[in-house]
Amino acid sequence: MTHSTSPKRGVLDVWLVSLMFLLLGAGIVLYGRRDWLPPLASRHGAGIDDMLRYLLFTTGSLLFVAFTALSWLVWAGGRRHVVTQRVAAARTEVVVSLLLGMLMAAVAEGGVLAIGMPVWKEYFEAAAPPDAVQIDVTAQQFFWNVRYPGADGVFGRVRNELVDEASNPVGLDSADARGADDIYLVNQFIVPVDRPVHIRLHSKDMIHSFFLPHLRVKQDVIPGMTPEITFVPTKEGTYELACAELCGLGHYRMQGIFKVVAQRDYERALREEASK
Amino acid sequence: MSHSDSFIRKYIFSTDHKIIGIQYILTGLAMALVGGTLAGLIRLQLGWPGLQWPLLGKLMPVGMPSGVMTPEFYMALVTMHGTIMVFFFMSFVLVSGFGNYVVPLQIGARDMAFPLLNMLSYWIGLLGAIVILLSFFVQGGAAAAGWTAYPPLSAVASAMPGSALGQTLWLLAMALFIASFTMSGLNIVATVLSLRAPGMSMMRMPLTVWSYFISAIMGLLAFPPLTAAAIMLLFDRHFDTSFFLPSGLIVAGKLLPNHGGSPLLWQHLFWFLGHPEVYVLILPALGIALDMLPVFSRKPVFGYRLSVYCLMIVAVLSMIVWGHHMFVSGMSPFSGEYFSISTMLITVPMTIIGVNMLGSLWGARITLATPMLFALGIIALFGVGGFGGLFLGNATADMQLHDTYFVVGHFHLMIGGVTLLGTFAGIYYWFPKMFGRQMSEALGKAHFWLTFLPFFTVFFMQHFVGLQGAPRRYYAFTTYEYLNRTHGQNVVISLVAFLLMAGQLVFALNFIWSLVAGRASERNPWHATTLEWETSSPPPHGNFVEIPTVHRWAYEYSVAGEALDYTPQTVPARQVAVTA
Repeated sequence: MTHSTSPKRGVLDVWLVSLMFLLLGAGIVLYGRRDWLPPLASRHGAGIDDMLRYLLFTTGSLLFVAFTALSWLVWAGGRRHVVTQRVAAARTEVVVSLLLGMLMAAVAEGGVLAIGMPVWKEYFEAAAPPDAVQIDVTAQQFFWNVRYPGADGVFGRVRNELVDEASNPVGLDSADARGADDIYLVNQFIVPVDRPVHIRLHSKDMIHSFFLPHLRVKQDVIPGMTPEITFVPTKEGTYELACAELCGLGHYRMQGIFKVVAQRDYERALREEASK
Repeated sequence: MSHSDSFIRKYIFSTDHKIIGIQYILTGLAMALVGGTLAGLIRLQLGWPGLQWPLLGKLMPVGMPSGVMTPEFYMALVTMHGTIMVFFFMSFVLVSGFGNYVVPLQIGARDMAFPLLNMLSYWIGLLGAIVILLSFFVQGGAAAAGWTAYPPLSAVASAMPGSALGQTLWLLAMALFIASFTMSGLNIVATVLSLRAPGMSMMRMPLTVWSYFISAIMGLLAFPPLTAAAIMLLFDRHFDTSFFLPSGLIVAGKLLPNHGGSPLLWQHLFWFLGHPEVYVLILPALGIALDMLPVFSRKPVFGYRLSVYCLMIVAVLSMIVWGHHMFVSGMSPFSGEYFSISTMLITVPMTIIGVNMLGSLWGARITLATPMLFALGIIALFGVGGFGGLFLGNATADMQLHDTYFVVGHFHLMIGGVTLLGTFAGIYYWFPKMFGRQMSEALGKAHFWLTFLPFFTVFFMQHFVGLQGAPRRYYAFTTYEYLNRTHGQNVVISLVAFLLMAGQLVFALNFIWSLVAGRASERNPWHATTLEWETSSPPPHGNFVEIPTVHRWAYEYSVAGEALDYTPQTVPARQVAVTA
């Protein structure tokens, strides 16, 4: 019989480590199954939530199984005096590894292809419908310049050379008549419920990121690029807009207020703003 | 092999890979002390935002005037914590430190292939560490644009206080680090390829050596683009070029003269390095775990060949998935699809490595010595961290999770935790080799409990702070109503984090006490099979009195019919049967 003398083997250690892994597996599931996401308020967001719930469920289950197995292996191995399974047959090693590898690939790639990609495609590839609410946003340290096109439905031209932080923060060109009725707000958005919202994003200085946690919208705004996003708010309410890309020392307080209201209230609010 | 070397030649400007390895390890541990202190300050702010700490205010009158932390100081803390931990702690201790110390010994070489280059690599690395530390004391303070240093924030000096001289020094330190790391990686590759002892074929190398070999190759391939990018960024900062600065930037009311650059380019170059870099760090930790498990299970590693192939596949895949850090950056959504699918492929080799770790415990006779406890901890963190990767590598899920605390939790488990536990496993395991003394097992076990559980708790909870939509790099979560409920969680995380830090005092005590007064170690205290245990502890300059000849693989445990349950690699086949 083969025999080893050192180092010492403690019974208590085996108990503790085995129990710890068992409890961790259960703890992961119990902690993770609570509803952590901010309440949903957009149409495509339902798909993102499905994606997240699928992953939470699959990884939670697999971790529970894996931790239980680890706990058992430590428990059994810690009490065993002789090795009982020295080397598995090469075939067994390959089969076990590949089977589990493939299972994981199916979970991971399956999630991406079956649940993730349709949402991703719909979100990025759907052209903004003609009745979409148009908003033009210029981010800067540390606030959001918000512009609506006004009654004519067309945004006025802007030029960087005309920017004056006090009087003309987005550099609106007064020579362009189309800009005369543009509505300008700071950190305030108001949109109607159940209608597509089309937002064109710019940044003046740093990279910012337009993050609406409840609407499952996040889009970086890199200076020099003008990403456009379209989404449909589905629940009335007042939501918070956060900046999700480090943009300087005021990053943590670059907050916007995003109001989703009934169509009637939306029209009235814009009329009031226009008359100011 | 002169024995009359002066103290300075022998211990300071040494070309001996063992001394250099220990120099790296000690320097890295000292840097970890700095990085850990920064983490403590970060947790202080996040747990109790805006609270006044008069004593700290006296110690740091600029960063915490009247004891309240400023946002710019917080950003510098976050940036420097990440930079120091990734490049000057983990890369130093785990990759360069153990890589230097262990690889030549385990392949039966007398030293690294290029000893002088090796010494140069350490001293340049140390210079980088000094520059990064000094950057705290310049006008405007240390760099504050995050460890990713995205321009324009990192390119325009007026963007924030840390973007002044601090950012320049950050880039210089980075360039020094990369130069040092490249030399060290080159050395490991050359050593493994050309200095293996007779009989040590590639497929007889321990997985530790394989992991260092592969990680060094990855480092060599991935670092050059960042070197180029760092130099380009220095030019943008100081010589009015526009590599990363587009037309029309208006910072603090002033229109900048730059034209035609692209901030997105930096992200591509950074992550082309950045993603392989996390594998450069994590592979050695996995290699160490895969080798530790057999020693304390008294049976061969499960699936040796498959593990080697999987390490290679991971290395290849890691070079083509960098874009999963940029799903919401505004790059083409088609790229997003590609990067999602390619990223998910990594689950196959990584799962197999995980399975092989569990398989190594199957039917085993387990001894829970301290290095083994840390190796088991690696399996746990690797599992949870790896599954977190399924969320972030998935473009659709990432739209919600990108740049939230989910990311912070994930990468801390992986390149923070797996590597940290790998580092500790390595220190406890090779300490007798390095210093001829054993570390205290009782203190080592206490250290394990005070490290693993708090670490797991802190970063597991951060995943869920992220699911609630909390963005990372926020000075405080007080502005937003929807984040109110994260406040209690942040207090818990901070308290547990302080416990984690306190637990490291046990390690420091054990390390220093064992160095001075540890029990003298026998030559092969763990009854292991690999070559480093075939020579005295610590080994002489030149490592082996006579270069050993290798007759078998590194996992010859519990061979049937043998009196001893381990057979060193040097035992000829005619004495004990070769089983693989």
